[in-house]
Order: sequence, then structure tokens, then C-alpha cells
Amino acid sequence: MLLISCPNCGSRDETEFHYGGQAHVAYPENPNELNDREWAEFLFYRDNTKGAFAERWLHSTGCRQWFNMLRDTVTYEIQAVYPMGAPRPDKAAAAPAPESTTAPEGATK
Amino acid sequence: MAETAAPETKKNLFLRTSPAALLRAAFDTGSVPGTVELSEITFLTMVGLRVDRNSDAGQRIWSVTGGLPAACGAVAGSGDTSVLWLGPEEFLVVAPMEAHESLGGDLIQALREALADGEGQVVDLSANRTTFELTGPRARAVLEKGCSLDLHPRVLKAGTALSTEIGNIPVVLWKTGDESYRLFPRASFADFLGRWLLDAMREYASPEVP
Ligand SMILES: [Zn+2]
Repeated sequence: MLLISCPNCGSRDETEFHYGGQAHVAYPENPNELNDREWAEFLFYRDNTKGAFAERWLHSTGCRQWFNMLRDTVTYEIQAVYPMGAPRPDKAAAAPAPESTTAPEGATK
Repeated sequence: MAETAAPETKKNLFLRTSPAALLRAAFDTGSVPGTVELSEITFLTMVGLRVDRNSDAGQRIWSVTGGLPAACGAVAGSGDTSVLWLGPEEFLVVAPMEAHESLGGDLIQALREALADGEGQVVDLSANRTTFELTGPRARAVLEKGCSLDLHPRVLKAGTALSTEIGNIPVVLWKTGDESYRLFPRASFADFLGRWLLDAMREYASPEVP
């Protein structure tokens, strides 16, 4: 079970959250100009990163607010929690912030 | 609308059935007096608020409720009207049954007028959730069987309300006193949560195993 630090509510069980997929997927500036392949890639094609991955989460059972999270897909280590709309934080800069870093139980499982 | 229809509506309200009405007898027999007791508080008036507390509309609503909580866990309000924090711009007003317009109360109307054309929402949610009251020295132990929050009094103080999961269902948990809690499950979960709590309470009816 991941322990996720909601920016509004503090640490809560993973079961209180919903996953929102990859973060920073910008809506195309002019969707009409996209061909079918480009549109399909916008809708369905996502990175399959091994390592630090920026993703969206929703605290659905708590404050019902979205936020972004930088999580390592190998170790499950949560490296940063940051607001929607904010740029992806520099991994090295985000690491020393203790509040936003949660060592999950069973991370090495 | 309410004025002309009030007497007739009031009479019909006695026919209302609360979400956990079928469990009333079970709550009575399942309660262990002085140890842990469970009951349903029926038909409290609840209003969903969505408003920025720092906006003009937020300030107007503030003056009706007697405050809006600032952060997660906080409860504001005055008298018997309480406002629970659900999100940065989302609150739940909990007031006695008589505050509802069907019983001649004017709380919801006053909130609507306070919001006026400001950005936000005032929605009557009185039928959305029911209220369970769990009291007694073992109340915390019962809740701890199905709630991952730290309920120890050094962390969870009386007067705190948190939206979380209890028994795997979404519940707003409000610690109203050192040994008393109010739980707000949605109406459709009331039966499940009632039975879950009864099951969790059962062991405290037997003598403690040394
Ligand atoms: Zn939250």
C-alpha cells in the first residue's frame, strides 16, 4: 500500500486516491489540424517510463482535488508532489524536500 | 412555496424512513452501555457549499454560518450549525433537522441568498448522508478496525472532521468529543456501515480476556 501525501490533507492510504495517468499531456493547440494518427497518439499513447514518472492523482475520498506526483515506477518512491499546472520539478531539486517524500511500505517488494 | 404547504408537509414527514431505520433495534441490542454505543441521528439538515472563502460571496456565507473552516480537519460554525471542511472550496453544513425548510427552517434559503449571484453552489444535501453516532471508551477501538487514519487523541483532537474511508467505504468522520464520533455515510452505504460497526462492536459485549 502506498502512503500518498495529499497537498491538502496530508498522508493517506492509496485506496483514497484515483490514478489519472501521465501528467503534462497538453491538449493540441489546434486539434482540427491533427491527422488520425496524431490524434490517436494524443488520446492513447503514453510513455512507459522505467524510473521517475510524472503522473496525475485525484484524492477522491478526501478533498477531491487533483495534483501531480513524481513517482519512481521501479521503487515506487514518491519523489515530489506538486500542483496541477506547475512544471515538472527537477528531480534533483525536489529530492531534499522531506515533506513531499514518502517511503512507501513494501517498496522493494 | 414552503409557507402555504408547510403544515401538510410537516404531517407527511412523520412517514419518512431514515436510511438505517431497519437497524434501529439492532443498534439498541448491539450497543454496550458505558463501553460503546451506536445510534442513528436521523434527518439532520446538510447543505453542500462550494465557494471561495475569501471571496465576497464567501464572506456573506461566512456571516450566515458563523465561519468557514480554513483547512483539512477544521470545523467552523456557531451555535448548532457546524461547517465541515471537505475541500479547499467545498464545505458541508450540518444543522439540526428543524433548520430544514420542510420544517419551517430558513438556513438553506439564507445561504442561497448569501451566495446570490456569487461564484459557487448551495445545494440541499440533507438526503445524501445519514448520521451515526458512536460513543464510549471503546469507540476509537471500533473505528480503528477499519480506518487507516491515526485516531489516537494526540493526533485526532475533538472537533476535527475528516473525509476518509471506514470499513472500505467513503465516510466523513467527525470527532465531536473525547469519546464520541459522528459518521456520515451516504444513504446507500448506511446499512452496510451500520452492520459493519455492529460486527466491530460485538467483542466488547463479552468480558475482556485477560
Ligand atoms: Zn486531499
